[in-house]
Amino acid sequence: MTAKNDIIISLDHISKSFGDKKVLDDISLSIKRGEFVTFLGPSGCGKTTTLRLIAGFGKPDEGTVTMEGKVINDIPPYQRKLNTVFQRYALFPHLDVYDNVAFGLKLQKVPEAEIEKRVKKVLKLVSMSDYEERDVESLSGGQQQRVAIARALINQPRVLLLDEPLAALDLKMRKDMQIELKEMHKKLGITFIYVTHDQEEALTLSDTIVVMNEGKIQQIGTPTDIYNEPVNAFVADFIGESNILKGKMLRDRRVAFIKHEFDCVDEGFADNEKVDVVVRPEDIYFTTDPAKCQFTAKVNSCTFKGVHYEMWVDTDTGYELMIQDYDPYEVGTEVMLYIDPDDIQVMKKERLANTYAGKVTGEGKVEFLGTEFACDTAGFSEGDEVTATIRFEKVDLLDHEDEADTTGHVVFILYMGNHYHLTVKTECGENIWVDTNDIWDKGDFVGIKILPKDIQLSKPAAGNE
Amino acid sequence: MNKRSSWALPYFIFLVLFVVLPLVMILFYALQDGSGHFTLNNVTKFFTDKDALGTFALSIEVAIENTLLCIAIGYPAAYILADNKLNRSAVTVVLFILPMWINALMRTLATAELFTMAGVQLGKGTLLFGMCYDYLPFMIYPIYNQLKKMDKSYSEAAQDLGATPGQVFRKVTLPLSMPGVWSGVMMVFMPTVSTFAISEFLTNNKIKLFGTIIQENINNSMWNYGAALSFIMLIIIGLTTLLQGDQEAEETSGGLI
Amino acid sequence: MNAKKVIAKAYLWLVLIVLYAPIAFIVIFSFTEAKSLGNWTGFSTQLYANLFTGSMQNATGLQSAVINTLLIALAASIVATVLGTVAAIGIFHLHGRKKQTMTFLNNIPMINPDIITGVSLFLLFVFLGISQGYLTVILAHITFCTPYVVLNVMPKLRQMNPNIYEAALDLGATPAQALRKVLVPALRPGMISGFILSFTMSLDDFAVTFFTRGTIGLDTLSTYIYADARKGGLTPELKPLMSIIFLIILVVLLVINIRQSKQQNDNL
Repeated sequence: MTAKNDIIISLDHISKSFGDKKVLDDISLSIKRGEFVTFLGPSGCGKTTTLRLIAGFGKPDEGTVTMEGKVINDIPPYQRKLNTVFQRYALFPHLDVYDNVAFGLKLQKVPEAEIEKRVKKVLKLVSMSDYEERDVESLSGGQQQRVAIARALINQPRVLLLDEPLAALDLKMRKDMQIELKEMHKKLGITFIYVTHDQEEALTLSDTIVVMNEGKIQQIGTPTDIYNEPVNAFVADFIGESNILKGKMLRDRRVAFIKHEFDCVDEGFADNEKVDVVVRPEDIYFTTDPAKCQFTAKVNSCTFKGVHYEMWVDTDTGYELMIQDYDPYEVGTEVMLYIDPDDIQVMKKERLANTYAGKVTGEGKVEFLGTEFACDTAGFSEGDEVTATIRFEKVDLLDHEDEADTTGHVVFILYMGNHYHLTVKTECGENIWVDTNDIWDKGDFVGIKILPKDIQLSKPAAGNE
Repeated sequence: MNKRSSWALPYFIFLVLFVVLPLVMILFYALQDGSGHFTLNNVTKFFTDKDALGTFALSIEVAIENTLLCIAIGYPAAYILADNKLNRSAVTVVLFILPMWINALMRTLATAELFTMAGVQLGKGTLLFGMCYDYLPFMIYPIYNQLKKMDKSYSEAAQDLGATPGQVFRKVTLPLSMPGVWSGVMMVFMPTVSTFAISEFLTNNKIKLFGTIIQENINNSMWNYGAALSFIMLIIIGLTTLLQGDQEAEETSGGLI
Repeated sequence: MNAKKVIAKAYLWLVLIVLYAPIAFIVIFSFTEAKSLGNWTGFSTQLYANLFTGSMQNATGLQSAVINTLLIALAASIVATVLGTVAAIGIFHLHGRKKQTMTFLNNIPMINPDIITGVSLFLLFVFLGISQGYLTVILAHITFCTPYVVLNVMPKLRQMNPNIYEAALDLGATPAQALRKVLVPALRPGMISGFILSFTMSLDDFAVTFFTRGTIGLDTLSTYIYADARKGGLTPELKPLMSIIFLIILVVLLVINIRQSKQQNDNL
């Protein structure tokens, strides 16, 4: 084992809540020395909280943070050998650039002559050499960014933590800084831990990406792994453009979706197991050869995107797919399409239906999701613990609460070719998943109604959570 | 970070000792007679004393008149000062605010002497004039601040929708400036009710205001009755504060220098 | 449009003239020797001379009053600034009902008329048997000054980038060092304006001092003037004193405001 495989930081079973909101749920990961690791996810997924726990701002409720073999949970931030670049730079407004950068060294009582040498050196590294006496508030965003990086690096930390450092910059500046950061990482050889919600940025910069959502790790892998082989619908949808469709794994290396059968390269699923299938838009190809054609479709729209054309097509079986191609096809044209087996990614479904632990509260009444629902309770008595199962397509969403059983907000929308698969956070805090053809927006307030006949009750399985 | 909130503790203790406790003292003394026994006599004394009630009513009346006068004179002044087209001078604004920082007693004495020199009899008229003169800057400043802070887009939007300048003022500017007016009212009404030295000088002691009788009683060691009167004043303060609702004092005080 | 401007300007000037008439009156008549206001016995700077040489009625009384006023203002403002800044930081980190309570309590001295503040503190000191003098006056002044410090420091806390304290910790500062080197400098402008406001309010106070100074003969400028005026007729030398004070305040305020608008223009 070379030194490169040295684990420098590891998190073991970290959980953290703020009030009654669980922000991190059993997070475990290890970071190798010298790696560029990115925590990637939407706002609120817990990535910044994780970074801050590593930096020392806040203690985990459960679990340990270990650095170079030592548990550092109780070590305050000013004694940890790492430094942070904050999202809005946090440069000290009352000090000029030189004094900002020298701040850490002055605290360590490093002699003045050496401080000067090191400040000049690090300012050169970030291309801010002539700015020593400038007032920090007079600098542009990009310049403040570099000073913040210099201020952190001058202390020669073993690990550099960066909290969405490029979020406040415009597109061109961001792309330039990304390249500079990557070069800095190569040059310095230290570990970078980076937080962002921009998946393109993560794919560009990282050696390893940790995809997070709702406080849990969704997937850890290299950029290519995550892009080509997402393990679930969330990752597939978050990274790059995807077509995510409901499918059935007929047998090893044979999958059915959009009502057609395809060869694929995945195995290890049960025969006829329900799965989610991901196909990237650039991986659906047009052909004029009927022998190669796997299915046909009609072109619905075609938009020029600069590098390629983005087209939406309606398949012969009633599904909508997104295709990216260098050539345009006119709206209304019938086209022949095929997909390579390698380009079909099969993922285990996270859940097959909505299931909740509930309790029978009376004849014909059961309680779950913090609400009482009417349903057939034959075979159960009052007080019995039950598992309530509701299929996705049997949940009704209303835009008012008058006849609703309970209410919630739409938090995630997944288009699955011929319907939408929505994640709705109910007012009691638990999620319910809904299949619908209605168009909703993220954040919409909804009323939730479930007919009694659509609630299946069963005895709770042993060890049911 | 949560430890930081405990920094409020010393001040909390200070406030309890020097703000809450003294107010409790007022209540305490108001409900006692000279030998420490509980009694409501002091309060009933007020309600049965024709002179005291008369002074009280007079003070309220003067305060209301003064406040209205200050609004009538001060609002136009504040409006002109805040309007970029009508006034571009920061110095002019300073000149209006300056008198606030000069000792109120001095200003009042000067006013009284001016009246005497001009041969005007000291009485209710001079009292009202002198009060308005004293408190005018306190009405102008918050209204000026509020008008200055106001987003120009509101009046532009109103004009865009067809409002004449008069309508813009009535339907947009005036309502939006109300928080400033309320601050001004708070800074003028209560102080006017409670003033004592000023009314002495401006009326040559002919007219007594409520503050004066409180002061006289306390000075003459009639602490219980004085406290009872103060208590009555506290009730008025409470009422006017409740009326004002959630207008935060912050909106004006932050810009006081 | 111009007619409107003219009327507006005229209105302003009218109000200003009325506002400054009494002040101008005092200033003008400080340059004459006549004992009673309103008599002009010819231009003379005798009163100014008297003021400075102390050859006037009760010169020592006036002198000690002026010194007391300055000392009390200084002491009260310094304590109020420290207490208020610490309190503002604490309140800033509070939430919900605790924050509401502290804010409400902090507002009370600002809402209360000074006679109530004075009488209530007087009764407290009497009840606790504390003899009234310098200490009680300074305590009373701290009571009505501190809320204004809190009010001036809070906006600076809100404007401050919340991460700079953490950045200091991250770079190796202990919490005490981070406080000194980063937090306090960020709050300094608010602390300074709070101090100036406290100083001015203390200088200007009459009613609170009146009730809390006890019977040892402690006078501030305000109480001195009050006693003097009640005796019937102002001591003539007070006219130049008031004129000088007026001039100082005028200059200070002009300087502050011109600096402020210059700063704003620089930042544009």
